[in-house]
Amino acid sequence: MATVTFDNATRIYPGTERPAVDALNLHIEDGEFLVLVGPSGCGKSTSLRMLAGLEDVNAGRILIGDRDVTDVQPKDRDIAMVFQNYALYPHMTVADNMGFALKIAGTPKAEIRTRVEEAAKILDLTQYLDRKPKALSGGQRQRVAMGRAIVRQPQVFLMDEPLSNLDAKLRVQTRTQIASLQRRLGVTTVYVTHDQTEALTMGDRIAVLKDGILQQVGTPREMYDTPANVFVAGFIGSPAMNIGTFPVLDGAASVGQSRLALPRDVIGRIADDDKGHITVGFRPESLDVVPNGTPDAFPVVVNIVEELGSDAFVYGSLTDEFGQASQVHSGAGDAQVIVRVDPRQVPAKGESIYVRIRPNEQHLFHAGSGERLSA
Amino acid sequence: MTGTAQRLQITATSPDPALLDLPWHIPLEEWPTEHLAALPRGISRHVVRFARLSGRVIAIKEIGETVAHREYELLRQLRKLDVPSVEPVGVITGRRAPDGEPLEAVLITQHLSFSLPYRALFSQSLRPDTATRLIDALAVLMVRLHLAGFYWGDVSLSNTLFRRDAETFAAYLVDAETGDLHDRLSVGQRSYDLEVARVNIIGELMDLQAGEFLDEDADAVAIGDALAERYQELWKALTEVESFGYGERWRVQARIDRLNDLGFDVGELDITTDVDGTTVRIQPKVVDAGHHSRRLMRLTGLDVQENQARRLLNDLDEFRAATDRQAEDESFVAHDWLTDVFEPAVRSVPRDLRTKLEPAQVYHELLDHRWYLSQQQHRDVPMSEVVKSYVKNILPSRPDEQAVLGTRVEDLRDADAGDAPRGGGDDLDQLIG
Repeated sequence: MATVTFDNATRIYPGTERPAVDALNLHIEDGEFLVLVGPSGCGKSTSLRMLAGLEDVNAGRILIGDRDVTDVQPKDRDIAMVFQNYALYPHMTVADNMGFALKIAGTPKAEIRTRVEEAAKILDLTQYLDRKPKALSGGQRQRVAMGRAIVRQPQVFLMDEPLSNLDAKLRVQTRTQIASLQRRLGVTTVYVTHDQTEALTMGDRIAVLKDGILQQVGTPREMYDTPANVFVAGFIGSPAMNIGTFPVLDGAASVGQSRLALPRDVIGRIADDDKGHITVGFRPESLDVVPNGTPDAFPVVVNIVEELGSDAFVYGSLTDEFGQASQVHSGAGDAQVIVRVDPRQVPAKGESIYVRIRPNEQHLFHAGSGERLSA
Repeated sequence: MTGTAQRLQITATSPDPALLDLPWHIPLEEWPTEHLAALPRGISRHVVRFARLSGRVIAIKEIGETVAHREYELLRQLRKLDVPSVEPVGVITGRRAPDGEPLEAVLITQHLSFSLPYRALFSQSLRPDTATRLIDALAVLMVRLHLAGFYWGDVSLSNTLFRRDAETFAAYLVDAETGDLHDRLSVGQRSYDLEVARVNIIGELMDLQAGEFLDEDADAVAIGDALAERYQELWKALTEVESFGYGERWRVQARIDRLNDLGFDVGELDITTDVDGTTVRIQPKVVDAGHHSRRLMRLTGLDVQENQARRLLNDLDEFRAATDRQAEDESFVAHDWLTDVFEPAVRSVPRDLRTKLEPAQVYHELLDHRWYLSQQQHRDVPMSEVVKSYVKNILPSRPDEQAVLGTRVEDLRDADAGDAPRGGGDDLDQLIG
């Protein structure tokens, strides 16, 4: 097992100007489960393929442990791409299906058996070792495929959107299985997905990329509670954060007709290119539904109520009374906000509700650069 | 009713209305036999079935929707790049069972006529070097894909189909699910693809050994390693920079001839000399496979595999020499050869035996048979006699390779379990991971 280090690693595709991955610096601890996440084209898969040795590194280095593998062939990097191919061989026993790669590598028979038995134990497959794959359930077959990677005892597991071709139900199941298996094995794992829910539920840490540039690395909690910039704020969390840019007047953000008092040190840090504005983010659960007339509350016209049993979300429009309605966007679209409401007191469609941002639950960003302002 | 519960969406360039008659509301695994064409299948992690459609055979694979569209597009691009691969027919989404349960999307490809999965090839009593010839074909396919910038990601015998090509085989890509097209592949991508191929092939051969379809003594590891060697040799021949003295310019033509012999045309050759003009460096920039088949196509309109074309061209050359027409325009001679020699020979194969082998393969075997008869009888046996002997003595014992159509599926299931190295029936296709 080993650490993984991207040291200013850069990939520029021939004929393009902007790097697909731009000076990536990322240190992954031994045994850590790190998720690379971001929208399509952000560079997450390219980063993984650079680590795998499938993409050339144009500048910078990649290390596995202390070893510089930048120019090492993929098969000599001691990594395993999990789930790339997992068709099982029908005439081989489960044990042979798991151990054949070791046999090819010339590993002694006794050692193959030991490693296969160890892996089978972790995967709950011990009693099936001498059976044919035909006798196994779908889930067991998938575990045999994982066993193939495990018996090789690689330093690092790499997974590139491994759940993308599973249906929704199996995806959730397999997600949990992979995460718990990785914790039991303690093998350093780099996992790529475009799905932020997958990232939040699986990773020890998450690295968010956009346009080839690393935006932020942190635990799921850190990413959710203190997003480093507007992009991360909008990307992490479901439903997405409501985000708007407002003028700053007299030490407060003018959020429509209401005022959102700003900490003194934040006001002092507003920069020239913010042009007297501030970007404010508030999650759907950071809004309270309050009676009409409550200070600093603003009205929301209910378009749709999404009832999830344990939660309910209002997808609503801001009114002209809000003033800067068009400046706000959310997962529901422009001039829209999402509000979490009490699932037992759900407003009707078309109704107006009044909401207020809970004190200290707002996220403040530079209107110019989008970087985080508040601590 | 099938139509009420589901709203099918068909993505295809020229959708065949008969597609709508297939039972999309039923999971592929449970399709009634009357729709199926039982053809030998490879190992797959998805459910795959062959079905009859408007007199042809299609392969249907159940697969996630995004992946289906992606693979469909990739296969279309590969066709444009002229890489041997299966022809995509379309993607169908929006399938639902009558109870409303959504069913997986399907990717449909055209079944490659006269093609054989490796498992079927091993189940026939072929010459012992079959494995080597399959490996050679796969090496050529991989080099062609890599030259075109295609990273396969899951090279295996199961993801390849083989067609007879004279004495050898021609390989076709059938599964592009894990692939990617790039402007140019990195050394890492090529070497990883090759390593995956090596390990997969050895695994597949070991599986055949475990099922007792391949001799225990066959060295699976050596066969896998041979692929890597063949690939490297071929890659080198096609891309290597060669330097030589200015006086040795004949080597430019020699390089081109060597590549032609390997079945490739040089589309563009990079020639540079050093400052004082004493050394010349050459490197092929663009190579296209199918040198002989293109030449034959130009001359006769026959569209055949590379080695078949080479064999036919040799026969054409002999015809030209024998009729003393070397001075004449080649295309006139080719036309006469086609109408006077080739066509009469393949037409004399009785209709009911024509599904055994492709016409070009039949002609190739006729040439072999002519050589054999002539040796035996110490005279030049004319083609008409050769055809009679071949149709009587050789062809009837050949397996039917066009497609196993018109047979009852139940019968084929039994045949499947017996011939092909499969556990029996459909279990294999359920080996999804």
